[in-house]
Amino acid sequence: MTQANGSLPGIGPVLRTQDLQMRYGRGAGLVRALNGVELEAAAGEAVAVMGPSGSGKSTLLNLLGGLERPSAGEVWLAGNRIDGMSEKELARLRRQSIGFVFQAFHLMDELTAQENVELPALLAGRSPRTARRRAAQLLERVGLDDRAGHLPSAMSGGERQRVAVARALVNEPLIVLADEPTGNLDSAATADVLRLLDGLRAAGQTLVIVTHDARVTAIADRLITMRDGSLVEETRLTRGTVGRLAELTGLEG
Amino acid sequence: MGRTLLVFRLAARDLRRRPAEAVLLLLALTAATATLTLGLILNGVISEPYQSTREATAGPDVIASLGRLHGAETGPDPAALKALTDAPGVVAHSGPYLYTQAALEAGGVTVRVWAQGRHTSPADVDQPKVTEGNWVRDGGAVLEAGLAQALGASAGDRITLGGRSFQVAGVAVTAAMPPYPKVCYSPCRYGAAAQNAPPPPIESLPPTSKAGPPPGAFWMGASGLIWLSEADAQSFAKQTQSLGYLVNLKLADPAGAATFVRGHFQNLVTAPSLATWQDVFDGHMWLIEAQRTALMGGTWLLGLIALGSIAVLVGGRMTDQLRRVGLLKAVGGTPGLVAAVLLAEHVAVALLATVAGLVTGWLAAPLLTEPGAALLGSAATPAVTPATAGLVAAVALGIAGLASFVPAVRAARTSTVRALADVPRPPRRAARLIAISARLPVPLLLAVRAAARRPRRTLLAVAGVAVSVTGIVAALSVHADRYAEKAPGTDPRTGLSQALLMVAIMLVVQAAVNAICIIWATTLDARRSSALARALGATPDQVSAGLAAAQALPALAGALLGLAGGIGLAEVLNEDAVVIPPPWQLAAVILGAVAVVTALTAVPARIGARRSVGEILRTEAA
Ligand SMILES: Nc1ncnc2c1ncn2[C@@H]1O[C@H](COP(=O)(O)OP(=O)(O)OP(=O)(O)O)[C@@H](O)[C@H]1O
Ligand SMILES: [Mg+2]
Repeated sequence: MTQANGSLPGIGPVLRTQDLQMRYGRGAGLVRALNGVELEAAAGEAVAVMGPSGSGKSTLLNLLGGLERPSAGEVWLAGNRIDGMSEKELARLRRQSIGFVFQAFHLMDELTAQENVELPALLAGRSPRTARRRAAQLLERVGLDDRAGHLPSAMSGGERQRVAVARALVNEPLIVLADEPTGNLDSAATADVLRLLDGLRAAGQTLVIVTHDARVTAIADRLITMRDGSLVEETRLTRGTVGRLAELTGLEG
Repeated sequence: MGRTLLVFRLAARDLRRRPAEAVLLLLALTAATATLTLGLILNGVISEPYQSTREATAGPDVIASLGRLHGAETGPDPAALKALTDAPGVVAHSGPYLYTQAALEAGGVTVRVWAQGRHTSPADVDQPKVTEGNWVRDGGAVLEAGLAQALGASAGDRITLGGRSFQVAGVAVTAAMPPYPKVCYSPCRYGAAAQNAPPPPIESLPPTSKAGPPPGAFWMGASGLIWLSEADAQSFAKQTQSLGYLVNLKLADPAGAATFVRGHFQNLVTAPSLATWQDVFDGHMWLIEAQRTALMGGTWLLGLIALGSIAVLVGGRMTDQLRRVGLLKAVGGTPGLVAAVLLAEHVAVALLATVAGLVTGWLAAPLLTEPGAALLGSAATPAVTPATAGLVAAVALGIAGLASFVPAVRAARTSTVRALADVPRPPRRAARLIAISARLPVPLLLAVRAAARRPRRTLLAVAGVAVSVTGIVAALSVHADRYAEKAPGTDPRTGLSQALLMVAIMLVVQAAVNAICIIWATTLDARRSSALARALGATPDQVSAGLAAAQALPALAGALLGLAGGIGLAEVLNEDAVVIPPPWQLAAVILGAVAVVTALTAVPARIGARRSVGEILRTEAA
């Protein structure tokens, strides 16, 4: 997964925010979901964001991916400011540079695993054949080549989330944004998904993972803690290693 | 008592919670009940005026006429008619009266008329009732009321008859002949006799002059009726050499008129043409019959679409309903209670729709039931009888009950836990379409997949448009048909267009309601997949174009089906070959249907596309 990052000049941050603000509602109902967040993620870095419920983690991730617009502040992706982009430009950005993984998986129910993975490639204008080949490779990579023809309803939560990860990777994004990717999973499935994400990190994929789950820190380079819409703590972790992950999975399995 | 109250309170609260759905349901049902009301009211609107006209004019039971044959050396022999007046069963008669033909010009319109010579003194049988002005005099013509109306002529006007100037002495109604433009004496034939009689010899007629029919022959087709003094009629007959005689017969047994005619029928071109009063009545009915067929057919079509809309509405609410069921059950409601609440909601809407439909139908009926001037008395002022009200209510309640039954049963059976979990109906998977759509541009890819996700709803969308377009195209065909053989002046048959127009408008309204129901359900249900497509990189324009195309493609298919269906329906309704409406009209209907559906979709699609993806996915995931 170095090809996408290879286009970056040097090692400047892939992702950067400046004084990011997000407010919902007004008057008495005003909620300050984000309060001046400053965040940077370097190419190839895996950043974990933790914090109590309602601290603004999902909001932050949605702003990073251009799914919502900030009330104030800036979001820069690969040297381009994206917070003021038109919806059309944002759409192009999402299909070319960003991969999303959601807690609720958000797979299309009527599409097979293979078709779900192909979809972003088709939206990006790839030929059906290219999309199919690429999807097959990725399903193999997430260990689901034998489930390619299954519908989401016929798969376990862990399998669904691995399909979602494969889908996030299909257009070789600059960055993968994952919102509680293990939130709906049991320990075994969590370990599968973490191993997968760790593999991505090891291959140089830039990752931002929002989570409640302390085990995620095992695969992250840096941990950011949020509270009430602000970053309150930043911990540089010893790089997550296969060893530590193996230890973790051994513990859980 | 407390339980009933609870049911009503729950039902009322649910209706208030979803006002838009309740209104859509109400609209769909009202369109159907209104048309049904109209159809029922129109029934029996004309028979009464005909009977009173028959009484007021001493209407004959049988009209016998004998016209001069083309090429015959001498005129027809009135002796053959005289013989009929002495036939057993005949209790009174009038005539023989002479008739001929001429061209009548009034106010720039020229029509062909049969002119009957009459005494100035009243006749025992068929004394036309003067409704305006006076009875015939030399130089003064009396116009049959339907003709006068078509020409916009009234007593005192000057007209030109066969090149001569006349005055309109008066206007009168008769029960002895259908109104303009359905007037015809021998060599026309009537009723059963017409079916096995040889066609009148119309080939190789000499050229027609502007003033009259070809010498010694008669015009066929659309014509009117006037009465002249005997002297005037005779002088026209001399001029044109078109000459015939008629007698009006009163029978001891009016109901046996058909038997009488059968007994005296001779399959000879030199034999008199015999028409019964029922034939004349049919001629009057013919004008309104088509209206009634149009309305009744329209009611069926509208009912079908209403059922479709309701199915979509109810289906679209199913998820929401199931959740409510779960809540009710969780707090101790029984499945019976749940079903009762749903039923109460639909019954309330159905009762409202019944009232709204009865009122709408009653208000619209006078537009259609204008009796035509040709008969006496205003056509029984349209009244909503208890029977009509009962039938309309029964139909509305039936539809509502049916619409409640399926979800009620399903809801009652659903486990509380599953209902609370709010598992939406899983979408269908159409593998072939999904594979094919991968080759299409993004908006079409999204459109095909959206349409394939809910195949039953898509089929309903196709069917809804198809049924509406069928009705509209059939209406246009019948309309085109009427115009192809339109008589000069205001042809009363074009009055049919009013009924057709009414049905067409209702169909358009109903189809729009149906489309809105479908679009409402689709938009709700496509919200998550649309947001997801955007998260994965589809632009808002692609997504809204996809949603619009997902409605427009079935609409196009439905419109094309409806085009074929409409021409087929007109073919079935019409005895003769139908006239295909002009291509621009057909194109307009198809494009219109697609454009309306697309426009209706575009609005919610655009609104949906403006909402932030993050917000939608957050709420939909919950
Ligand atoms: N559309 C919205 N309207 C109003 N308030 C909102 C909206 N979306 C989020 N919020 C509020 O913004 C704050 C941050 O929400 P966010 O979803 O980002 O939290 P989170 O850290 O992801 O929580 P969790 O761990 O529970 O997912 C919360 O107080 C939430 O109630
Ligand atoms: Mg969250």
